[in-house]
Amino acid sequence: MTPDIERFNTRDRAMHWLTALSYVYCLLTGFAFYTPHMFWLAVVLGGGPTSRFWHPILGIGFFLAIVWMHAVWRGDMHITETDKRFLSRVADYAENRDHLLPPQEKFNGGQKLYYWLMYYGTLLLLFSGLFLWFPEYISLSMAWVRQLMIVLHEVAALLTIGGFILHVYMTVFLVPGSMTAMVHGYVSKAWAKTHHALWYIRVTGGEPAPKE
Amino acid sequence: MSNGTLEIKAISGHAGTVPGQGVSRDYEVCKLIDVTTCIGCKACEVACLEWNGYPFRETVFDNTYQTMPDLAWNYYNLIRFNEHVGEDGTFRWLMRKDGCMHCADPGCLIACPADGAIVQYANGIVDFNQDNCIGCQYCVTGCPFNIPKFNPETKKVHKCTLCSDRVGAGLEPACIKACPTGCLHFGSKEDMKDLADKRVKQLHEHTSHTDAGVYDPAGVGGTHVIYVLHDINHPEHYGGLPKDPRVPLLVRIWKGPLKWLGNFAIAAGILAVAGHYVRFGPKRIHEGERK
Repeated sequence: MTPDIERFNTRDRAMHWLTALSYVYCLLTGFAFYTPHMFWLAVVLGGGPTSRFWHPILGIGFFLAIVWMHAVWRGDMHITETDKRFLSRVADYAENRDHLLPPQEKFNGGQKLYYWLMYYGTLLLLFSGLFLWFPEYISLSMAWVRQLMIVLHEVAALLTIGGFILHVYMTVFLVPGSMTAMVHGYVSKAWAKTHHALWYIRVTGGEPAPKE
Repeated sequence: MSNGTLEIKAISGHAGTVPGQGVSRDYEVCKLIDVTTCIGCKACEVACLEWNGYPFRETVFDNTYQTMPDLAWNYYNLIRFNEHVGEDGTFRWLMRKDGCMHCADPGCLIACPADGAIVQYANGIVDFNQDNCIGCQYCVTGCPFNIPKFNPETKKVHKCTLCSDRVGAGLEPACIKACPTGCLHFGSKEDMKDLADKRVKQLHEHTSHTDAGVYDPAGVGGTHVIYVLHDINHPEHYGGLPKDPRVPLLVRIWKGPLKWLGNFAIAAGILAVAGHYVRFGPKRIHEGERK
């Protein structure tokens, strides 16, 4: 067994789990406000008024965590030509023909797309959310603004939920090893070589692939 | 739901049927406000505060009779003093008692996500139940009349109850009781519409108010508070009464197609990834060197 490679350091993981927890809280309480069929979630989480009180505050927390993440990961998230080639072969990725895929950096094209979806989604949620938080300051003649913002808030939330479903599915089920990477920080060399070959070569100086 | 004596017609944020629907034969009630006989005495405002047990508010002076700028969470009922100069240069007071209209198609109730925070009784009264209110103020966005008011301390929204507690006990609303000119009437919707039509006919025949009419906007399914206005063509002269109020289209989209589309997409997404796992399973790590 060859020694593992550090994929996410403590800062990365703290950052990630801050966004994750605050997002999930907003997601669950948001679902409660979204449809009567899920209003019981608010009851479970301490009641409707409590959920309504904390939803925007945790939302601000989520935004701040995203700002931190952006400061750290922005450089890694530019979509490159390699990413475009990777994304053009998304069908091969989805059907697990991974040997046909071009080698990837620390984050592959799909992860980068998810990152930008969440980044812009967060900005949209924050912007529209502020109007939902303080609707009493909007006069009746500007009522269309708060109506539009409610719709925008929900559309933005639904878009991030789409990405979130894929994100959770892929880390927890589809790609074994990626969940432990975010929990403990380390991946095996074989994992790195398989999923992020360019990054593997960069951090190891291109040492030959290990046999497991 | 604060009122056990009235039959419920609709409940906000409520999955499933409304309990007890169709068990009694409550008739629709209505408050008629004949603004042509309002003298702006504010007795209705005082009666409202008296009955609901709220303190008087500080007044402001801005060189008009409008000593309070707007409704408030503890001020359900406000006379709007509009100084109107007509096309012929004549000056006229247009005084209107402002408050909840108790729409048959209530935008507040449609927008509300909290189970039982807003109820519509079979008699037409739309009532807020602060016990269930979560303070999200979606009702503020849903209302075409800008009526619900938020109390930032308790984080609850309030508005006129049409004295559902009094009506449930067979009494008329407090404001009706206080009105000295007979400008306020209360009864069945049918009777009030009759009375309003008679008054409009009278205005047409005996006064110069030939544009007088009844304000019972169809866009919100009719209201359970209706006005007789001197000039039905310009309700906006009466302190921002909307000409054709409707539940906002965006609120309809938000609570209708967008909800179903979103629910479908979320369910489809979860099923799709589950299906993908069953069909393709987890990714494997390449063994050894493979290019």
